[in-house]
Amino acid sequence: MAYTTATKICLIALILSAMPAAFADTPSSLAAGYAADAAKASPDFTPSAQRGQTLFTKSWGVSQKMPGCTACHGNDPKVGGKHVVTGKRIDPLAPSTNPERFTSLKKVEKWFKRNCTEVIGRECSAAEKADVIQFISQGS
Amino acid sequence: MKPASFAGVILLLMSCSALSDTLPVPTNALYPEECGGCHVAYPPKLLTGDNWQQIMNGLDRHFGSDASIDAQSKQEITAFLLRHASSDPRHRATSLRIHDTPWFIKKHHRLKPRAYTNASVKSPANCTACHAQAEQGVWHSPPHSRMRTFMDYFTNDDD
Repeated sequence: MAYTTATKICLIALILSAMPAAFADTPSSLAAGYAADAAKASPDFTPSAQRGQTLFTKSWGVSQKMPGCTACHGNDPKVGGKHVVTGKRIDPLAPSTNPERFTSLKKVEKWFKRNCTEVIGRECSAAEKADVIQFISQGS
Repeated sequence: MKPASFAGVILLLMSCSALSDTLPVPTNALYPEECGGCHVAYPPKLLTGDNWQQIMNGLDRHFGSDASIDAQSKQEITAFLLRHASSDPRHRATSLRIHDTPWFIKKHHRLKPRAYTNASVKSPANCTACHAQAEQGVWHSPPHSRMRTFMDYFTNDDD
């Protein structure tokens, strides 16, 4: 069967458009990556949703306006929240209700860096990131 | 009139009427991505270039938060903001806050201060609390149904 040039171009475009999806990060691939990093320091590390929840809901007391993650993200990652200063709606973190979350390592790194520094007063460790992703994506 | 030119006129009319209540928001991929996470990606023309420059130079102390971004994004976003900034002094505020500009104050002079402390609004920075479609570039006054919710927050004097 002979393909016309147009068909070939369409096929190539189709394949190219499908590629980013194939190579995009997923919540589990990101958690696994952070877990592997954490395991370098403590070999028996496995991500824990419970530890993640503790970190997420803790009032760290570093920032007056933003004592914890929930100040902006709300108590339920499936529901989302509201920026505590500007009032802007913050879309849910849970991939089950917001599939865009945790699909780009670059984005995830940027926000962990910015928000951990603001709320906890330091950057988060790979272990903490793995735990938090485990907590946020559980049940999805 | 030929159907084609008639359609053209209709399109022109539609775009003109749309212009009256929209604030053209120039697009840039990085700007909403980097700045629109915490607040509306404010239209660049709401501040002057020197104001935007000061904001971009102080991102590590951004109204009480560290909002630093990487050098390349900073450069691109600054260039974008400066390209579309206002040159009108009514869009300048020494506080660097859009709601302190003479233009904003005049536009919102009928709003009582407590409108902003309402739990669902929180801050004059929260444009979408009243201008629901602000992020799509539609800034006309809120529809009546929505205004009614906020009626208590308006004074009656018209000047």
